[in-house]
Amino acid sequence: MIEVAHLTKEFGDFTAVKDLSFTVEAGECVGFLGPNGAGKTTTMRVIAGIFPPTTGTVRVAGHDVQRDPHGARRAVGYFPENAPYYPEMSVEGYLAFVARAKRLARTVRRDEVERVLRACALGEVRRRQVGKLSKGFRQRVGLAQALLGDSQVLVLDEPTSGLDPEQVSEIRELVKNLRGQRTIVFSSHILSEVSQVAQRVVIINRGRIVAEDRPEGLARRIEGTVTVWLRAEAPAGELGELLARVPGLRDLAHVDGRWRFHARDETTVREASRAVSARGWILLELSRESLSLEEIFLRLVHIEEDAAAQAPGQGAA
Amino acid sequence: MIAIARRELVAYFSSLLAYVVIALFLGVTGFYFYSNLSFFLLSGGFDVARGLWQFQLHDMRQIMLTLLPLLTMRLFAEERRLGTLELLWTYPLRDIEIVLGKYLAAMLVLLLMLLPTLLFPALLLPTHAPVAIGPLLAGYLGLFLLGAAFLACGILISSLTDSQVLAAAVTFCLLLLFWMMTWNEAAVGAPVLSVLSRFSLFDRFYVFSRGGIDTRDVTFLILFSVVFLAWTVLALGSRRWRGVR
Repeated sequence: MIEVAHLTKEFGDFTAVKDLSFTVEAGECVGFLGPNGAGKTTTMRVIAGIFPPTTGTVRVAGHDVQRDPHGARRAVGYFPENAPYYPEMSVEGYLAFVARAKRLARTVRRDEVERVLRACALGEVRRRQVGKLSKGFRQRVGLAQALLGDSQVLVLDEPTSGLDPEQVSEIRELVKNLRGQRTIVFSSHILSEVSQVAQRVVIINRGRIVAEDRPEGLARRIEGTVTVWLRAEAPAGELGELLARVPGLRDLAHVDGRWRFHARDETTVREASRAVSARGWILLELSRESLSLEEIFLRLVHIEEDAAAQAPGQGAA
Repeated sequence: MIAIARRELVAYFSSLLAYVVIALFLGVTGFYFYSNLSFFLLSGGFDVARGLWQFQLHDMRQIMLTLLPLLTMRLFAEERRLGTLELLWTYPLRDIEIVLGKYLAAMLVLLLMLLPTLLFPALLLPTHAPVAIGPLLAGYLGLFLLGAAFLACGILISSLTDSQVLAAAVTFCLLLLFWMMTWNEAAVGAPVLSVLSRFSLFDRFYVFSRGGIDTRDVTFLILFSVVFLAWTVLALGSRRWRGVR
């Protein structure tokens, strides 16, 4: 549904996106992750048709964004970061305007506006001015305008940014409910959100794709370092020396009466446990911390940066 | 285009802006009409049918110069500040439609400013004063074309900044320059002046104000608007390419 091939976007001397390629299948829900300035917004803006790529091609529902910009734009509903709005317009007046601007047929405009008002639970504020609504409602108005029409693709740039937790979960539910009906690409800096909502995660850093996988797959990919907590009835010094000798065990530290280390894999954990029991010491605690997406993300970014540092000239721009 | 024009009209009339601009225009032109009329009646001997309206049209032109930049200042500057221009660019609209839609809305407000002033000659009709309708209509056509040129200039300036105040100030100064360009005969000498006066918006109004229509003036004023609108479309396109809102 979305095909991005070798997309590069330069602003003057600054390269925002460099040789980015990925595809999104129809009905898929893909999350974009990356630090600020990584190129997420730029990529989404190119898909939405706001500006053309410098080089490379982007096709949306079969329409090339440069050769057939109107066809591509018709296929995309876009939610820009911070949901810009016309403060003086009423909610329904604004949506009626968007319906006209999107060139929906006169006969379906009213029904479409009613449909998105319902879908985004905006019925109670339909006659209020957008500028006088709370941020949560304004964000929903922004989503409503993206949903107007039969665009198959939804591009949502940070749809939950700046909202309170309750509003965040409302918007998240809204997006979840759209999964399957539309092809969705959304970006977020709340990583747990991406793992909850997206079926696939694309991690971007400095204009390049660092990793692309299912949320579980990403976790597996960097399983090389699992954090393990261990507590045992044993003389602290001797236990430390013993653990330090276990193969595959790294970063050993004594924290609040417990030992923390990074294990390469399950075998390392098993070895550590066996060594403690073999001495006749009693194991009081052995727990494994699964990595949060934040950690996965940070590690992938660092792995990428290390690789770039080792191969000068090929580094990210 | 119609969608954009409708939205702009909503914006004009849901804020006080359009009402205030129209009210100010009618108030000040009304005052000018009163004082011009008194002047002609007291002095006597002038050609009221023509002279009065020439005075009146010139005064209206001055007020338009001051007020029309207030109508165009927000057209793009506000969209840029709000970030909504970016959203417009994701709809299947061409830049030229966006520009023309906004221009159309501003022209409609201009018409709403000018039409009520026809009340002034209408007031004189039942009295003894003769009103020459043909020349008067020519004068109004000139006023409308001049206003349309002001608006086109204002739209371009508005598309170049995200500050409304700056847009209004620059537009006003630019229009003032177009007016004063031909004032300083002593400084520039005859050959330069003859070139300058071809580009002066206000010299183009002279024949209209005397009740005539010169097709060269009509062409110039329309061309002036077209050039500035086309320039606006190009300015938008260039911003888009460079990726700045």
